[in-house]
Amino acid sequence: MSAVPESDSKRSTVNRLSAENVTLAYDQRVIAEQLSVEIPDNSFTVIVGPNACGKSTLLRALSRMLKPSGGRVLLDGQVIQSMPARKVARTLGLLPQSSLAPDGITVAALVGRGRYPHQGLLRQWSAEDERVVQESMRQTGVAELADRYVDELSGGQRQRVWIAMALAQQTPLLLLDEPTTYLDIQHQIDVLDLCAELHETQGRTLVAVLHDLNHAARYATHLVALRGGEVIAEGAPNDIVTAELVEQVFGLRCQVIDDPETGTPLVVPASRKARAERITAAS
Amino acid sequence: MKTRSVYRAVRTPGGLSLRLDLRALIVVVLLLAAACAAGVALIGTGDAKIPAADVLRTLAGNGTTYQDFIVNELRLPRVLVGLLVGASLGLGGALFQAVSRNPLGSPDVLGLSQGSTAGALVVIVLMSGSATQVTLGALAGGLVTGLSIYLLAWRQGVHGYRFVLVGIGVSAVMTAVNGYLLTKADLVDAARAVVWMTGSLNGRDWDQVWPLLALCAVLVPLVLAGAGGLRMMEMGDDVANALGVRVQRTRLVLMVSAVLLTAAATAAAGPVSFVALTAPQLARRLTRSPGPNLLPSLCMGATLLVAADWVSQRAFGADQLPVGVVTGVLGGGYLLWLLVTERRAGRI
Repeated sequence: MSAVPESDSKRSTVNRLSAENVTLAYDQRVIAEQLSVEIPDNSFTVIVGPNACGKSTLLRALSRMLKPSGGRVLLDGQVIQSMPARKVARTLGLLPQSSLAPDGITVAALVGRGRYPHQGLLRQWSAEDERVVQESMRQTGVAELADRYVDELSGGQRQRVWIAMALAQQTPLLLLDEPTTYLDIQHQIDVLDLCAELHETQGRTLVAVLHDLNHAARYATHLVALRGGEVIAEGAPNDIVTAELVEQVFGLRCQVIDDPETGTPLVVPASRKARAERITAAS
Repeated sequence: MKTRSVYRAVRTPGGLSLRLDLRALIVVVLLLAAACAAGVALIGTGDAKIPAADVLRTLAGNGTTYQDFIVNELRLPRVLVGLLVGASLGLGGALFQAVSRNPLGSPDVLGLSQGSTAGALVVIVLMSGSATQVTLGALAGGLVTGLSIYLLAWRQGVHGYRFVLVGIGVSAVMTAVNGYLLTKADLVDAARAVVWMTGSLNGRDWDQVWPLLALCAVLVPLVLAGAGGLRMMEMGDDVANALGVRVQRTRLVLMVSAVLLTAAATAAAGPVSFVALTAPQLARRLTRSPGPNLLPSLCMGATLLVAADWVSQRAFGADQLPVGVVTGVLGGGYLLWLLVTERRAGRI
């Protein structure tokens, strides 16, 4: 990092995953143009922004689920689409928003499916596979559920099982698309704690899309704020989260105070009355 | 219902490892044994009854000339066609159901059989073609129907009810076309068409065996090689993609194989109904294992078809009742049961 000239440091570093001037579109609907994002190695990067700002779309492009119609996504210096699918799958994991547990599958069997990119015709279930599956279930706290059926579990437990499956893939990079959606507050914190732990103890690079700005500010080491398909700000939450930024990105007037628990920025929306006064004053 | 499948890993010191699902393995072995037993019984059934021991002796090449003629020339090809057609339908059905993630997404419901029928009827009614031409017509009809469903239902992959609904629409159109063709037919052609439409193994000989065997020899290994990817696709396209499966390519290869298998089976024996629908479901209930259960479905299809043919011959006499009637009655009952339970489970 230090060898790189200061002015170029943002673009010419050797981070493993980045998007360069990508244009993202579904059919004819353009979500983002000329978007460039760099995922710092060993970071817990969180992408935030209002609905339809393109945050999930960006994550899909980074995980090669969506092919950019312009620009390119690079993984280890190579265009991600040109790499062998299995090789990518051993480097970069994804926990998508929607996943279906097959009928009648047990937790251990589902987690075991995460080993797919490491397997082959003559290497169907090695001792290593077995060990990694046990380890992944232990890390996510679902080891005691190993023989239970996935469809019998609660939402929080199920999300842990899916995370365990992604962990069993043993990828240095792990992307999570809104991993806390549909969970109640203690399970949201539970999942985020787990992510932070994976990031801290294993040095994995995590990239997550989160809805809750306060969760993002508390857990991220690197925050990317998107609006209308553009990066408005990126950096450590303490450096970038200000009342101005929140207003610019989300169009919400607020105060940013120190989180009494962690010292990270805490966004407190302005009261209805205060916001109404401001609208009157503006007009 | 829910008993765990038991996986056993076999490992060698050299780093090779195989994973076996013991329960599925046992199911496959038992089904194969049942298919062979039904085949032997079927060879022994007919105007000239032959005891099972004699059938086996004749198959091994030690029968009398008379037995040899009946067994190897007349009845063995019929049984082999039955086994191959059943296997193709079972496998094709399992592929369709796995890709559409819907037990109703099988060739019977989707109109592939009706498409094959339309192809065959065109040849019979409009061209008064030979048996071989009818077979080719049925094959072409099935492939064209498969292609139209693909074009109509494909938008970023095939998904559940969209696929089934498009298939039902295509099926209705094809049924209407078939009705029209029948009204245009003269009496002899109409009688021939109706026999073909019921699905029958009567009079099948070695000419039907070889092409079907060759097709299965190519497609079955190809499809089984794609089974790993298909298993991952059960969890949704995104998860499968993330695990390194080339989802679009795998799906295309598997769907084309499934259409070919179903069309070829229908071309050889007529639209034998409901085997493709029921075989994968029954196989799954026996193995109690998630996943597409391709091999068990294949074996189940073969067993079902030959057993149904044996039942129809045994109960109604030789060549009286086409096998398609038996599978239709059994499979139709099964479809009703499936609809009721799916409804109860809130999936319809």
